[in-house]
Amino acid sequence: MYAYDELDRTLINERVSEFRDQVKRRLSGELTEDEFKILRLQNGVYLQLHAYMFRVAIPYGTLSSKQLRRFAHVARRYDRGYGHFTTRQNIQFNWIKLAELPDALADLAEVGIHAMQTSGNNMRNVTSDQWAGVAPGEIEDPRIWSELIRQHTTLHPEFSFLPRKFKIAITASEHDRAAIKIHDIGLRLHKNADGETGFEVLVGGGLGRTPFIAKTIKPFVHGRDVLSYIEAILRVYNQYGRRDNIYKARIKILVHELGIEKFAKEVDEEWKQMGDSELRLDHAAIEEVRSRFSYPPYEKLPHMPDELKQAAHDPLFERWRKNSVAPHKVQGYSIVTLSLKPVGGPPGDATAEQMDALADLADKYSFGEIRVGHEQNLALPHVAKRDLPALFKALDRLGLATPNVNLVTDIIACPGLDYCSLANARSIPIAQELTRRFANHDTADLIGRLHINISGCINACGHHHVGHIGILGVEKNGEEFYQITIGGRADENAQMGTLIGPAVPYAEVADVIEDIVEAYLALRDRPEELFVDTVKRLGVEPFRERVYATR
Amino acid sequence: MTSPLEQKKIKITGPSVVTANRTWDGAVVYRTAQKGWSTELADSAVVSTSDDARALLAEANADDVGAVGPYIAPVELKDGGKVKPGNLREQIRAKGVTIDLQVPA
Repeated sequence: MYAYDELDRTLINERVSEFRDQVKRRLSGELTEDEFKILRLQNGVYLQLHAYMFRVAIPYGTLSSKQLRRFAHVARRYDRGYGHFTTRQNIQFNWIKLAELPDALADLAEVGIHAMQTSGNNMRNVTSDQWAGVAPGEIEDPRIWSELIRQHTTLHPEFSFLPRKFKIAITASEHDRAAIKIHDIGLRLHKNADGETGFEVLVGGGLGRTPFIAKTIKPFVHGRDVLSYIEAILRVYNQYGRRDNIYKARIKILVHELGIEKFAKEVDEEWKQMGDSELRLDHAAIEEVRSRFSYPPYEKLPHMPDELKQAAHDPLFERWRKNSVAPHKVQGYSIVTLSLKPVGGPPGDATAEQMDALADLADKYSFGEIRVGHEQNLALPHVAKRDLPALFKALDRLGLATPNVNLVTDIIACPGLDYCSLANARSIPIAQELTRRFANHDTADLIGRLHINISGCINACGHHHVGHIGILGVEKNGEEFYQITIGGRADENAQMGTLIGPAVPYAEVADVIEDIVEAYLALRDRPEELFVDTVKRLGVEPFRERVYATR
Repeated sequence: MTSPLEQKKIKITGPSVVTANRTWDGAVVYRTAQKGWSTELADSAVVSTSDDARALLAEANADDVGAVGPYIAPVELKDGGKVKPGNLREQIRAKGVTIDLQVPA
């Protein structure tokens, strides 16, 4: 966990007072909506179909049990009893009243939670690997660097009025769980030949109506220079980025139009001009932030405790363990992913009761710590292996032990037309129907790793471009239709999916996905060949033929 | 459904209402003939010409304190004059989400 200092607490509390005054002036008519909109967006407040939506930041996906309980409180007191975890380590409340928002913000501020950098054309919440600090083989904890960037960018005037929103993600593991290649800046922590810590810097990734995979502009930037290098990138973006057309304003468009070599050259020249600026991080500054992250007092525990050996006879436990439990860097401990994708449930939603109960379980089994991943699931990062059987039983009672992590029903979906004012089509009912079609866990296990991503419009909040199967809602003559892509992926080998053919109507989507999955099962050359690898080997044609031959 | 946020020209092809979100709580509201707002679609002022729609929207826009983001939405008039939402987006706004929630809505 990261412990906020007095400066952070003061900043958050001042922000609440400021927003309370802004809301008061809006409700009295002193501020028009045009004047107020930018202010509410700077505090995570959107206006959606039915109500205001309040997006709250969970920096680098790390939460304490106290903070999770406070989310439950906000859901219960100010909303309708649930919250929605997003694809960028935020939580959204869908039914909140503007008049009560300052109180909700104040309640969150008491536990160090805020909504800065969750909306507007600024530097957004810096995201990272939800297994940061506990994943075996990690270079070092990427949250140290996420926090340094957060501190530098929060309310920084140069990053507060950018041409468009700007997203940074950081990973420190070989397997990229932070989807850095679909971010404006992706940072991959690694060590150079001299053993020094630094970053491979990628720029220009993003989805939406013009999707791009980020490209590397610098193979190694020393850790001490990461702030100045990011600032150099932002300066080039601020100088050349378009502000005349919202659809061409993201940095990915600038990188594409200038070309990666020219863009990299511009950044390097800017960076050289900055020289040894005050942005260079000295060792003490880095260590100060590092020291504010606390790690649990792990016990010396056996690799295979008796409790685990005994529980292995329970097939339900074993299925869940194989699916949801991952190795930890400390012997005797595990990382446990908690699926927020129950059969028939809205992906990423958690009720206030679940949040409260999960906070209790985090206290009992995970040193009071919870993580949030971009796949819209949660994790307990420090569970002793001996406690896994008891934890499984408790999670099962809460509906949080669905053994489908990374399987076909672990669907990522945006809120879609059921909530979102930008959406063209619904996402959640499609996801719900698919979870019912593939509800049989044996079938899901047989299919293996398969990520389905659903977006209700081209803005791509459900990351459909990089789903192994991507589903994009569009409108045709007032009806909901869905384009299907296959072969996308969001990891270290990120790539966009390929469209398989004409959009299909709402009622046929689940049938089409079943056809695609059946085709895969027939086409894969061995059970271990993943869906994306079969698509890579054979292309989309056999899948297209299967889907459209009879339609 | 094409978002009405992209609504630029005011040209209607059938019965329409003006809808928005109430400022203090964001609730869906409809402009009434009494120059106020109601949460009931049945209370809305229904217009059938582009000129009337333009006038109703202008009046709604003038009430910036009462409601946010007014726009023209299509409706259907059923037998007996009952007003129904004219597309899926407006159905969802009028009746709520179409999904099964884990908690009572």
